[in-house]
Amino acid sequence: MTRRFNLYHFASPATFYPLAGALIPWFAAASVLFGLAGLYLGMLVAPTDFQQGEGYRIIFIHVPASWMSMFIYLVMAFWAAIGLAFNTRLSGMMTQALAPTGALMAFLSLWTGALWGKPMWGTWWVWDARLTSELILLFLYIGYMALVAAIDDPRRADKAGGLLLLVGVVNVPIIYFSVKWWNTLHQGSSVNLTKSSMAETMLWGMLLMAMCFWMYAIAVAFARVRTIMLERERHTDWVKAILAGGEK
Amino acid sequence: MLGVVTAVIARDLKLAMRRQADIVSALFFFIIVVSLFPLGIGPEPDLLRKLAPGVLWVAALLATMLSLPRLFADDHRDGTLEQLALSPHPLGLVVTGKVIAHWLVSGLPLTLIAPVLGIQFDLSTEALLVLTGAILLGTPALSGIGAIGAALTLGLRGGGVLLSLLVLPLYIPVLIFGAGAVDATVSGLGGEGHLSLLGAMTFASLGFAPWASAAALKIALE
Repeated sequence: MTRRFNLYHFASPATFYPLAGALIPWFAAASVLFGLAGLYLGMLVAPTDFQQGEGYRIIFIHVPASWMSMFIYLVMAFWAAIGLAFNTRLSGMMTQALAPTGALMAFLSLWTGALWGKPMWGTWWVWDARLTSELILLFLYIGYMALVAAIDDPRRADKAGGLLLLVGVVNVPIIYFSVKWWNTLHQGSSVNLTKSSMAETMLWGMLLMAMCFWMYAIAVAFARVRTIMLERERHTDWVKAILAGGEK
Repeated sequence: MLGVVTAVIARDLKLAMRRQADIVSALFFFIIVVSLFPLGIGPEPDLLRKLAPGVLWVAALLATMLSLPRLFADDHRDGTLEQLALSPHPLGLVVTGKVIAHWLVSGLPLTLIAPVLGIQFDLSTEALLVLTGAILLGTPALSGIGAIGAALTLGLRGGGVLLSLLVLPLYIPVLIFGAGAVDATVSGLGGEGHLSLLGAMTFASLGFAPWASAAALKIALE
C-alpha cells in the first residue's frame, strides 16, 4: 500500500496541533535570519537617500508592515471562505489566530508612517488615500475581533466572523477607491515589479524584511492557534492526553 | 416572489405605525445632532456652508445606525424571525422587505427633513437640491449594509456598540460620495458623478446585502 501525502489529514485539530508545534521553530528561525539579512542590507548597505537622508530607512519596517496588514486580511478572508464553504473547524481557529497579528501590522504601519511623515512632510498625519484606508483596515480588524469576542459559542463566532470578513473583503476595494478619489497627495507607489525607482539594495532589503514579517506572522499565528485548539477542544481525549503528559 | 417582499414591508410598516415614537425619536436625534454643530463651531455662515454636507451626512449615518438594532431584535425575541426563516420563501427576500421598510421609516424621514436643516446652514438652493437627492439615493445603502451588521450582532451583549464598530467603517464610501456630491456642486464641478456612484452603491447593496444578512441570520438562529 502506498501512503500518499494527504493534506486533509492536517485539517483536524488533533493532527494539526503537533504539526504546528513542530513547524513553529522553523518559521521563527527563518524570520530571524531574514530579519538579520534585511536589517543588514537596509541599515548598513543601502545608500543614503539624497532627498530624505537617513530617515527614509524606516521604510524597511513601514512598507513590509503595510503589505502584511493587507495580506493577512486576505488570508483571513480566504480561511473564512473555506470555513463557511466546507464547515471546517480549523479554518475559524486560523482566522482568529491571525487577526491580532494583522491588527498589529496595521497599527505598526500607521505608527511608522507617522514617524516617517513628520520629518519628510512636516506633519504626523495627513488625510490622504493610503493612510486613511490603512486606518479603515485597522477598524475592520478591530470590528472583527470585537464581534468574535462578543459571541460565546465558538462555532457561531467563527461563522459570523467569517461572514463579516467576506463582506469586508468585498468592501475593501470600494473603500480604497472612494478614499483615493476623495483625496490624494501621497507619493506614488515606488515599488513596481517591472521597473523600480529605488536602488536595488533597498528593494532587496524591503523584500527580505517582508519575508521576515511573513515568517513571524506564521510562527505567531501557529502558536496562537495551538492555544485556541487546546481551549476549544479541552473536552477531547487528545487534549487531555497532552495536558496530562506535560508539553509537546 | 414580490408578494413576500410587499407582505413583509406592509407588516413592518404597520408595526412601525403602532410605535411612532421610535420613528420620531430617531428623527429628532438627527435634528439635535445637526443643530449641535453650529453651537460648537460658531455661527459664521461661510464656515457652516462648508461643513453642512459632512455634518448632515455623519448625523444621518448615526441616526440610521441608532434604529438598526431593532431591525431584527423584536422579531427575534418573539420568535417571528424563526417562523420567517422556516417559511418556504427565501430568507433573502424577507430581509429585502425588511430593509425597504426600515428605509421607509428611517431614511425617508431624514431625506424629507434634510433640506430644512440645510437652510439652517445657509446652503444655496442648488446645494440643497443635491444634498436632498444624495441623501435620498444614499440612505437605502445605509439600511442595506446596516442589515448585515444587525443580523451579525443579533442577540449579543453590547450589541449596539458592537454594531457601530462593524457598520461604520463600511459606511465610509457612502459618506464620501454623499458629502462629495454637495461639495462638487458648490465648487462648480457638478455632482452628477458622485450621485451616479451613490446610486450604484445603493443598488449593489440592495441586491447583495439582504442575502449576506440572511446568511448571518441563519448563523444566529442555529
